Amino acid sequence: MAAADILTLKPAGLYCAAGDFFIDPLRPVPRALITHAHSDHARAGHGHVLATAETLAIMAIRYGENFAGATQAVRYGEALTISGVEVGFFPAGHVLGSAQIRLVQGRARIVVSGDYKREPDPTCPTFEPLACDTFISEATFGLPVFRNADAAGEIGKLLASQKLFPERTHLVGAYPLGKAQRIIALLRQAGYDRPVYIHGALEKITAYYQRAGIALGDVRMAAGAGALPGEIVLCPPGAINDLWSRHFAEPRAAFASGWMRVRAHARQRGIELPLVISDHADWDGLCATVEETQCSTLLVTHGEPDALVHCFRQRGLEAAPLHILGYGDEEAETPTETDA
Amino acid sequence: MNRFAALLDSLAYEPSRLGKLRLMTGYFRAVGDPDRGFALAALTGTLSFRHAKPALVRTLIYERIDPVLFDLSYDFVGDLSETVALLWPGDHDKSGSHTPRLAEVIATLDAASKLELPGVLARLLDALDETGRWALLKLITGALRVGVSARLAKQAVAELGGYDANAIEDLWHGLAPPYLDLFAWLEGREPRPRPHDSAPFCPAMLAHALTERELEDLAPADFCAEWKWDGIRVQAAVGIGEGGKIIRLYSRTGEEISAAFPDLTEMLARVPHARFSLDGELLILRTGRVQSFGVLQQRLNRKQVTAALLADFPAHIRAYDLLGLEGEDLRALPFAERRRKLEAFVAAAGVERLDLSPQVAFASWDFLAAARRDPAAAGAGADAAAIEGVMLKRRDSIYVPGRPKGLWYKWKRDPFAVDAVLMYAQRGHGKRSSFYSDFTFGLWRAGNDGDELVPVGKAYFGFTDDELRLLDRYVRNHTTNRFGPVREVTHMPDEGLVLEIAFEGVNHSSRHKSGVAMRFPRISRIRWDKPAREADRLETLERLIAD
Repeated sequence: MAAADILTLKPAGLYCAAGDFFIDPLRPVPRALITHAHSDHARAGHGHVLATAETLAIMAIRYGENFAGATQAVRYGEALTISGVEVGFFPAGHVLGSAQIRLVQGRARIVVSGDYKREPDPTCPTFEPLACDTFISEATFGLPVFRNADAAGEIGKLLASQKLFPERTHLVGAYPLGKAQRIIALLRQAGYDRPVYIHGALEKITAYYQRAGIALGDVRMAAGAGALPGEIVLCPPGAINDLWSRHFAEPRAAFASGWMRVRAHARQRGIELPLVISDHADWDGLCATVEETQCSTLLVTHGEPDALVHCFRQRGLEAAPLHILGYGDEEAETPTETDA
Repeated sequence: MNRFAALLDSLAYEPSRLGKLRLMTGYFRAVGDPDRGFALAALTGTLSFRHAKPALVRTLIYERIDPVLFDLSYDFVGDLSETVALLWPGDHDKSGSHTPRLAEVIATLDAASKLELPGVLARLLDALDETGRWALLKLITGALRVGVSARLAKQAVAELGGYDANAIEDLWHGLAPPYLDLFAWLEGREPRPRPHDSAPFCPAMLAHALTERELEDLAPADFCAEWKWDGIRVQAAVGIGEGGKIIRLYSRTGEEISAAFPDLTEMLARVPHARFSLDGELLILRTGRVQSFGVLQQRLNRKQVTAALLADFPAHIRAYDLLGLEGEDLRALPFAERRRKLEAFVAAAGVERLDLSPQVAFASWDFLAAARRDPAAAGAGADAAAIEGVMLKRRDSIYVPGRPKGLWYKWKRDPFAVDAVLMYAQRGHGKRSSFYSDFTFGLWRAGNDGDELVPVGKAYFGFTDDELRLLDRYVRNHTTNRFGPVREVTHMPDEGLVLEIAFEGVNHSSRHKSGVAMRFPRISRIRWDKPAREADRLETLERLIAD
């Protein structure tokens, strides 16, 4: 049985006819399997949602308890069968609760990667490569110019800047789910023991991470804490140039993202201190992962698929882009969160 | 080289003008000769490396990286130097090896023959880290793009001695990298260098765009008016050097363009004055008639100046200011007085290819507004097609470099506008890298199967940064086809995005499928509200073509 018989592309997203479910659908469907809780993958309004307990919990925080008709939590590695299709969730290393989804029917094995990265992350389990016939990979950073820097080194840059400008507030733009908590954890790993301040939009998810047992140290709300000269304040990327940022002491704008690898991206956003820290696999990570899966067919969903497709066609794989509109914007602002 | 690279790197991320100044002044203070002088040359665009062209850089990287992967990356990054710097193989630890100094790098590149250059450049790139490679490639390919103008760099260096940028401008064209005499003067170690160039460039005085509201506060009697010619602003400077007459033609930014205009330098040689400097418009005249900018462009675009080119595109200077005469600097005189001297000068010169930009007599702003609307009726006659508005100059204005307030105004003709449909989009470069920011738009015309859209032009500015984000998103969500870096965007009668395009004129063009070429098109409004089928037709443009 070929991959195309297990998964097809419908307007709402990837669809498995045998099991009658969608993976990360973009519009409400009766049954959805969700890889992770970023808003471009996890939407509200599905009839039934199967995801990790962490993903379900974060969706409930974002969309309210009634975000789906019914929910079912699955553990990493747990074997489930949906109408004859074996379904398994495995760590993707992207954010807390993120998973790759493996489907097995007969002898055909498909892995849908969701978003993933290969570097270790103190806030979530590390990616596990899975052998498969068809690998459906993300390619947010699917160009050879993207090589993630060593995250500890980037945190070092932030701390060096803080030393150099002790009178200025260091505003660090970070996506509210995953990146922000990872930055705090990395700061703690680097021995930084002062309080870390956060924007209101980061509050609930950061508190959830702490409840889930991720040690983040002394985290305080920036609201009401004054101008915070010399302190590190984390906020959603959109808040850096917002009115909100004006009450801090000569804020120095930093942004932690894989996009910071390209100067123009930092300049477009008025970033003075770019930190190349990404929750997505970089070019080397993508290439290594495709190799490790030993797949014979590679489908590339979102981001920059062309280079990866070209590269693996040359290595003898069947490879094609899979254009799904709507993914890749987790990094864009989620307005409900920046209002806070 | 490391410190220069670090300077460029921090300039690229520094948003404020003041911050940039501080970074540069700090660098000039901390770094010694001759490196800082070469850095100043780089920041002011004074360095040129004859053989180091983008094509060479591409050849080098294609030998090291799969060209398909390189092209995809370049399309995304939108900057050749940065893409190559990121992709150059072997970024291992360079701490042990010798990093060449900026002056060394420049000497090495200068000494290399065209044949040696690829090897020399590759070795330099191997020796540098990522930021160093980026800086080196920026340096040799010309465009630094770190948000620093030549003027700002001069300002920064002037601050070493507590001067302003004009103090540097006055000397600039007599100086050469690495500017040892300039730094010595600024640091108080030596007297002010004497400008030894007898045909220097005088920094141009520029005009403000006039708004009709400002007009109410201005008195007509205080101003002279002239046509605003649609050519290129030039400065002609003649002086005496050791080997005889020095004749130079400068662009408005001070770049020397004499070599491209032997017909003009020959004319300037015949003017019976040994030293002068005049400001005017370079135009193409055929049988006494000024040709459109489109015609001028055909001459500007040629690399080789052939006899045929000179015969078909005779160049001409229409003078509007006299800045110096026989060693006397006239810039401190009021405009009205300079104008009298200019009139006498042009009359006495009695040469072809040089005439006077006529003044437009007017008593009220309403009268001038009418002349601006219809130059042909107001005395410009057949030259009206090459006029893009009127210039207002205060009678008492002295000639001030830069764009001083309240002295000169340009009052451009209102642009034309059409509603066109977005058809294709391409990613931009530089600041807009990776945004879809180059837009091809079309107008309706009758086709074989009913109405069809035909592309009529391309626009890549006119919108705000916020509008750019919206346009970028629109393109991504309405892509119907991809051709390499170009995306085709839905353009059907019932589904498509209408853009209001402002432009300055229309010409016939055999190079465009539509048969027309618009001048200076830009997006003046995004018509989210307007259905595509109600956009304008090609005939609307065709009616606007002069002749």
